Amino acid sequence: MLIIRREYVTRVRKKSFIVMSLIGPLLFGALFVIPIWLASTESTDVYFVEVKDESGLFANTFEDTENLKFSYTNLNLSEAKQQLNASNSLGLLHIPDIDLLNPQGITLFSESSPGLEVKSKLEWRIAERITDLKLEASQIDKATMEALKTKINLNEISIAGGTEQASNTGLYAGIGYVTSFMIYMFIFMYGAQIMRGVIEEKSSRIIEVIISSVKPFQLMMGKIVGIAAVGLTQFLLWAILTFAVYSAIMGIYGMTPETMAQLNQLQGQGADFSDSQMQLAQITGALSSLNLVKLLLSFIFYFIAGYLLYGALFAAVGSAVDSDADSQQFMLPVSLPLIASIISLAAVIKDPNGTLAFWLSMIPFTSPVVMMMRIPFGVPAWELLLSMVLLIGGFVFTCWAASRIYRVGILMHGTKINYRVLGKWLMMKN
Amino acid sequence: MNILEAKNVCKSYAAHTALRNVSLSVPAQSVFGLLGPNGAGKTTLIRIITQILEPDSGEVYINGGKLNADHILKIGYLPEERGLYKKMKVGEQLMYLARLKGLKTTDARQRIKHWLKKLDIYQWAGKNIEDLSKGMQQKVQFIATVLHEPDLIILDEPFSGFDPVNANLIKDEILELRRNGSSIIFSTHRMESVEEMCDYIALINKSQKILDGTKADIKNAYRNNTFIVRHYKALDGTTGSFRLLEQTQLAGDQYQSVIQIAPGNSPNELLSILLKEVEVFHFEEKIPGINEIFIAKVQEEVIHE
Repeated sequence: MLIIRREYVTRVRKKSFIVMSLIGPLLFGALFVIPIWLASTESTDVYFVEVKDESGLFANTFEDTENLKFSYTNLNLSEAKQQLNASNSLGLLHIPDIDLLNPQGITLFSESSPGLEVKSKLEWRIAERITDLKLEASQIDKATMEALKTKINLNEISIAGGTEQASNTGLYAGIGYVTSFMIYMFIFMYGAQIMRGVIEEKSSRIIEVIISSVKPFQLMMGKIVGIAAVGLTQFLLWAILTFAVYSAIMGIYGMTPETMAQLNQLQGQGADFSDSQMQLAQITGALSSLNLVKLLLSFIFYFIAGYLLYGALFAAVGSAVDSDADSQQFMLPVSLPLIASIISLAAVIKDPNGTLAFWLSMIPFTSPVVMMMRIPFGVPAWELLLSMVLLIGGFVFTCWAASRIYRVGILMHGTKINYRVLGKWLMMKN
Repeated sequence: MNILEAKNVCKSYAAHTALRNVSLSVPAQSVFGLLGPNGAGKTTLIRIITQILEPDSGEVYINGGKLNADHILKIGYLPEERGLYKKMKVGEQLMYLARLKGLKTTDARQRIKHWLKKLDIYQWAGKNIEDLSKGMQQKVQFIATVLHEPDLIILDEPFSGFDPVNANLIKDEILELRRNGSSIIFSTHRMESVEEMCDYIALINKSQKILDGTKADIKNAYRNNTFIVRHYKALDGTTGSFRLLEQTQLAGDQYQSVIQIAPGNSPNELLSILLKEVEVFHFEEKIPGINEIFIAKVQEEVIHE
């Protein structure tokens, strides 16, 4: 208990912890705010583009917008080019006499590169005009063409458990991915802290003083649990502060979810208002269909169990080496399954109930990350239970193995460690 | 009453044997010197007593009771390889270590204050360990060892890192602790502090105990009828039945001779002979120092092999 408290208190009091706790939500907040801010502020730069239309097809195509102004020129090409140097125009758009079926040779002359946005705007306009002209040539009414376009949004209904429920694959994938990734990040960040903590105790030589008072196992577990508490505190702080920052910004900009939806609708070109409204309703429906309590509980379980499993391994690595630099060779095999599981998520999303997904969510080393990905899609109870039991077994095993390496390792200095030596420590009696 | 009793303790690591049938008795309220060359097995023995390691065979008794987890709270251990959390404040660090030894917060606070004042580092209580000098860190470490008023204090090289003034301060504290009822096991290479402080000595070499007993007994056992004489005028080496081991010229006409007499002869006989030959102004028996015994014993072992 005392060890847990010390690990917790000293870490929470550190400057870096406080700074991270404050900056974290600001970063998260910024992730929400910056796109909105960018969308809501108009770019004040105005670009002038001169158009030399030799085909005569684009007479009224280029209408001025707020930051893109057009002027048609009657000078011939080389004169116009020369004049471009003197004027403050961004560029000269040269449209030669083109073949509608094969429009080649349209050129933008400019002193400096016009940037992707201007280029795509110009391309879009030209393409639209040519399409219109083609439609005219084929004698197809534009309205008929619009009517031919079809948009399909598949309604998903889950009939698991006998009741029909709206489901939403995209949303499930999103939730699964975010929770998996949080577990992954947490294990890595705080696992590394455990390792560094053990190395610190070892290199500052306080270790022998401490273990003449407590058992090495107690010290190791105290450290792991204490750091877990630090991590949870930080996550909680982040969640609270992010929410606070988010709602504060929303308040300032006077945005409600409805206006957000409108904003989304404005950004999504061509999407109908009623369409996005419907999607929103679908998401809410799918959200309520998810068993949130089950999701949250299993998240907490995999979060903690996965952390304990890897935390013990990181502690063992820390005890075996003398310095951070030496830890690399042992870090790799420890972090490999973790990285593998995050990579495999792509495959798991495609087929959340496939064979690969099943086995990865059973193996204790990958299950915390992979299982969280699968849970929103619905996992049979027996699979979930089996995976949990295996994970508990897994962390009991790693804690046991790690404590055996730990208790020898912390007293060893300056010995060259390889896997054979580690194996010997594992088997060694007290 | 023995505070500590070790019986036939054996311990081997994968490659070598660290302790072979070592038995020891440490009487209560004594200062016990545990001596031996590097790698002899001292640290292993200490780690067994502090329950960091378990012996392969043999038993350890504390106050007559077989070593168990409760004894941890009665032992204070200052390891040779020692350190403190660098980023922790002196006061908090001591509190943490004291609480690990089972002290209550209020008791611990009082004792920490008492000790910090006693060792003259009270004004540093709020500083981080890394801001302290090496000597001050050692003082903090010493306080951490004795805060819980252990019955048995094990000190491994307690004076390393101290200047002579502070070493004296610590020495006095150790002796006071003994007066107050603690027993001290003392492992060091500094023979002069052994000479000064220890009542009992055990010598470990090559995983085995080769010598133990009271300091006085051991020194007596190593007397070999040798005398140091200072005199005017050089001595003739062939004098009488005594062996002149060496003679050095001190200054001008002054000489120092080391003379051994045959067993059974008394110092007085030597003196009466010498008085006829030279003018004697100094005469003493040469009692071997622990240092010499140590070296002689360890070298003797080497020769035997």
